[in-house]
Amino acid sequence: MKIAIASGKGGTGKTTLSTNLSNFFAEEENVVLVDLDVEEPDSGLFLNAELISKEDKFKMIPKWDKDKCTLCGLCQKVCNYNAVIQLGNEIMVFPELCHSCYACSELCPTSALPMLSKKMGELKQFKSNNLVFIESRLDIGEEQAVPLIAQTNEYVDKHFPNEINKIFDCPPGTSCPVIEATKDADFVILVTEPTPFGLNDLILAVETMKTLNKIFAVVINRYGIGNDDVIEYCEKEKIPIIAKIPNSRKIAELYSNGKLIYKDIPEVKKQFENIKNYISKIKKDK
Amino acid sequence: MKEIVVISGKGGTGKTSITASFTYLGGKDVVVADCDVDAADMHLLLQPNFAKSKDFYSSEIAKIDQNKCIKCGKCADVCRFNAIPIINEQYTINSLNCEGCGYCSHVCPVDAITMELQNDGKWFISNTRFDNILVHAKLGIGSDNSGKLVAKVKNEAKKIAKEKNKNYIIIDGSPGVGCPVISSISGADFVVLVTEPTVSGLHDLERVYKLVKKFNINAGCIINKADLNLQISKEIQEFLKKEDIVFIANLPYDETFTKAMTAGQTIVEYGENNLKNIIIESWDKIKELVEN
Repeated sequence: MKIAIASGKGGTGKTTLSTNLSNFFAEEENVVLVDLDVEEPDSGLFLNAELISKEDKFKMIPKWDKDKCTLCGLCQKVCNYNAVIQLGNEIMVFPELCHSCYACSELCPTSALPMLSKKMGELKQFKSNNLVFIESRLDIGEEQAVPLIAQTNEYVDKHFPNEINKIFDCPPGTSCPVIEATKDADFVILVTEPTPFGLNDLILAVETMKTLNKIFAVVINRYGIGNDDVIEYCEKEKIPIIAKIPNSRKIAELYSNGKLIYKDIPEVKKQFENIKNYISKIKKDK
Repeated sequence: MKEIVVISGKGGTGKTSITASFTYLGGKDVVVADCDVDAADMHLLLQPNFAKSKDFYSSEIAKIDQNKCIKCGKCADVCRFNAIPIINEQYTINSLNCEGCGYCSHVCPVDAITMELQNDGKWFISNTRFDNILVHAKLGIGSDNSGKLVAKVKNEAKKIAKEKNKNYIIIDGSPGVGCPVISSISGADFVVLVTEPTVSGLHDLERVYKLVKKFNINAGCIINKADLNLQISKEIQEFLKKEDIVFIANLPYDETFTKAMTAGQTIVEYGENNLKNIIIESWDKIKELVEN
């Protein structure tokens, strides 16, 4: 089963939930944790796992072959992203704007724009007892997270069987990277905090999950601060709240040091048991 | 006119609360651009009047005219995004997967595919309760092109600031290091990095600063919740020194952040509190840094 942890607002506790939940699962079964927040992958900071393998990830970009080019201008005409521009007697390619659609390359009548691979990031696999951890990391300066997220999902599908539980730590927001990270999930957990910002962004995340037809539930982090508006909203919308992780400085301190929180605090452990039970129920219903 | 952008790498470090306080302090000297277009929160504190609202059209999606389609399958063959599955024996566009490249429309032998412009959201120009002008946006659910909407919001803010002779544009950026962040920092005069002393706060600060360096923009840093972890706070200080980033201020771990937000107020207007003076001094310091 694929479980995606997403949020809308950043900093609500996606990584905390992902790393703690996967370790909690790993006490009794094999589990795969995948960090899809490729712009700022942080899950690895909370794990003590051994590096097993590492590979570069590439995207395909056209490269101009001056000798073959007849300057017909078709490439510029078909590129919808302004990534291929004809300037005088030259064709310029802007790799950061390119979406690797191949149109310019394959429609070029003289094959003057062959596609070449360009590194965009790297994927690492780690292991610690029952837990396999996959981290993808976008190179700084690369604009598009989506191709790397898509390749990471392909990697996970290829290497791990369906039955095994997989937890995906997703990027914040509601735009294309989040869609790419959650679209194949069987179940999505939206992490929020009980504040006006938390609620505003939760509503956006809920709308996104509804558009994607996802089964989803809410976990409230830092429960006790702010107000009750998030709870009232979830009740009104009939969205299950499957755990409330209390607001506490002790938890913030454990987090700040890269420590897991469920082991030391019984109340938090109980909340993770609730989440695990809910996931088992969803799995059975499927 | 100076352009100041507030970013953090990691989400939830306090960017928006701090930026909102700066807009309160800057008052009518300031045009604010909320460039966190996929989770915009600034309006919750500034209570803008949405004086002007415009639709944002940017991306395209392919559409197949089934009456013209001869089911040759060329479109699906060239599509690199698995966006043209066969459903009920018809080639159909999966709009979530379609990247709008238009390749399919070029290879269709019977011109059955057209590219349709999509509404990707709305953007607004507002007056706020602090007499500043706020340019903000709401990205359409699941829309692509947040980078382009960021550029739109920023360019509008710039235009207004120029026309009205304003001193500052303050930009609230989004988390991460990808296209919306790149879009919000390009062309800025000064970057304010808001971080926190946690393993992830430092890690994400280091990554986002690598990006800032590529743009050759001067930066300063505010450490929020500085007393949460003194060891990592020290490591952040060392990083700032090494990279020549100006240390602006330490803010203590303080639930005033949340309390003010819950009251719909900025920190600097929320009664007497421990953070207020530090934020006022930070704004003065940033103004000084930007001028030099």
